[in-house]
Amino acid sequence: MRDVFTLSLIASTIRLATPLILAALGGLFSERSGVINIALEGKMLAGAFTAAAVTYAADTRLHMGNASPWVGLLAAIAASTFIAAIYAIACIKFKADQVVSGAAINILMIGIPGFLSGAFFLSSGSTPQLPKDHLLPQSPVVIAIVILLIVGLIWYVVYHTPFGLRLRSVGEKPEAADAAGVSVNRVRYAGVLLAGVLAGIGGAYLSIGQSSLFTRNMTAGRGFIALAALIFGKWRPVQTMLACLLFGFTEAISIQMQGAVKLPSGEDIPVQFIQMVPYVLTIVVLAGFIGSSRPPKALGIPYQKEK
Amino acid sequence: MTNLLRQLLFPLIAVVAAFIVGGILILLVGDNPIVAYRLLIGSALSWPDGIGYTLFHATPLIFTGLAVLVGFRCGLFNIGAEGQLYIAAFATAWVGITFANLSPWLLVPMCCAAAILGGAVWGAIPGVLKARFGSHEVINTIMLNFIAVALVSYFTQYHYKVPGDPIMETSFIGYGAHIARLGKFIPGLPQRIPLNLAFLLALLACLLVYLFLWRTKWGYEIRSTGSNPSAAEYGGISIGKQIVLAMAVSGALAGMVGINDVMGYRYRYYDGFSDNYGFTGIAVALLGRNHPVGVILAALLFAVLQHGGIYVDGFSEHVTKDIVQVLQGIIILFVAAEAFFKWFLGRNALTKSARAN
Repeated sequence: MRDVFTLSLIASTIRLATPLILAALGGLFSERSGVINIALEGKMLAGAFTAAAVTYAADTRLHMGNASPWVGLLAAIAASTFIAAIYAIACIKFKADQVVSGAAINILMIGIPGFLSGAFFLSSGSTPQLPKDHLLPQSPVVIAIVILLIVGLIWYVVYHTPFGLRLRSVGEKPEAADAAGVSVNRVRYAGVLLAGVLAGIGGAYLSIGQSSLFTRNMTAGRGFIALAALIFGKWRPVQTMLACLLFGFTEAISIQMQGAVKLPSGEDIPVQFIQMVPYVLTIVVLAGFIGSSRPPKALGIPYQKEK
Repeated sequence: MTNLLRQLLFPLIAVVAAFIVGGILILLVGDNPIVAYRLLIGSALSWPDGIGYTLFHATPLIFTGLAVLVGFRCGLFNIGAEGQLYIAAFATAWVGITFANLSPWLLVPMCCAAAILGGAVWGAIPGVLKARFGSHEVINTIMLNFIAVALVSYFTQYHYKVPGDPIMETSFIGYGAHIARLGKFIPGLPQRIPLNLAFLLALLACLLVYLFLWRTKWGYEIRSTGSNPSAAEYGGISIGKQIVLAMAVSGALAGMVGINDVMGYRYRYYDGFSDNYGFTGIAVALLGRNHPVGVILAALLFAVLQHGGIYVDGFSEHVTKDIVQVLQGIIILFVAAEAFFKWFLGRNALTKSARAN
């Protein structure tokens, strides 16, 4: 009995951590290139809504059957990347304040899904239910393998390819990168758009993997938890994945316990305190109490080429 | 005067542009934008309901707009108004419940102080973290928002809920903590409309923030820190102190939302009461060009939209109240990318002059 409980907790941790890992790794590309990404939440919402809406359309109108979630996934990537492109143009071309634009994207994306689902599905912010067999794979083993592959790939790209080197140098010392012939803005566009791709997949997994419809504001702050995990993981791929697993674990516990966690001594820990853990840890790490977490040096500063 | 007009011009362009983009979206989903916009804006102009509710909705937005403004003027981005107002509102209710039997002469000031202090303390935390450890206030205020929501939800659920009440709310505060609704003084304004004295407090706060920032030494030092930190430091201003002070003042202003909601409207703390006031405050401050007068105007605009959203939901075929969030997001995006308009207008001017040649 005890073993079953532990296994189900692990499985649920993996399931819950998956969207976080994808979004956080997306944020990693953006932030490592020097562009702050508080808009992960908005991009995940864009992905989640588009995935559910398009999967539904592909399933009911085009009768695509098992292929429909994959069509939904591609559409989610496209939608989230489109949002990322708006953000990138505002921040990189027009040098808009990155935090303000990010906040704008987040507010916009609370509204857009509700607006569209009101119009298309005559609902108050959710999409119709999808059939259970027309969703993305949910087996924890499959997901774990895919996630490990993605993390490995990203680790390789960031640390062992010319693109990764450019990405890191643009985020740390854009002047030096520029002097060495790297187009700072082009690398930043790539970073922000990749964030869109990954956050879109993360969002899609929420609506057509973990559940079978989109509901109003369904990310419920996961974009911010992903951001927290990125900081807690010190802007490094493997550590960020581990941070996401830790935060997924706290979520799994608070769901599994339905209210309060019993300590061995018999006392209760209210679920609210477990929900706080990721946020408190992030503040503590950012302040340098447990090791130090140093952001890329040029983070948040638009690059102005010297004339 | 021309300067004032120029200040007003750009926000106006941003709002008009946002309404045009929103109108296109409304057309795309198959409704008539003029009808939708008439519902959205027209409903706010009726007396007494439209105007009363619009001013009531504007009250928290003036407070949070001012809060974000004070942060911006010090070079800080306070995304944490949402968390600060939750802590403050709960603190207000806590004092109102704990000392329920005191006379209004004592209890009203005590509850107001609780709102202001609660917000100030929660706001000062990211200030201290930034001043002491250099950690970014944007991240910390985001994190503190979630912590605040969880914390007050815990206290509400475990300690201050009326047993058996299925809703997450505290018991009522004492009568001594109630502040009057404006309907009491204004003929024709029924007292069921929750517009209350906190609205006047919000206007007063605008004046005080103006005097504080532009007429006191502290305000001068905060603005110097915001406009040029290294020059300020060279001039003998302690940057760390200004950061903590600005964040505490910012939090205190956000906290005053608690006065409006707990003492003037619900007479209890209601979990999740804030309709994104803290985040809308960002839009209010930006659109109001970080000036108290601008904040009042921008808060009124967003209050009109918020009130009208309900009518859009009820009376239009496809458009929902989500259009309000959409417009808000587009407005902020346009305000943020001011350079976009300069580029756009500049390009048109260029092509025109090219044609003239």
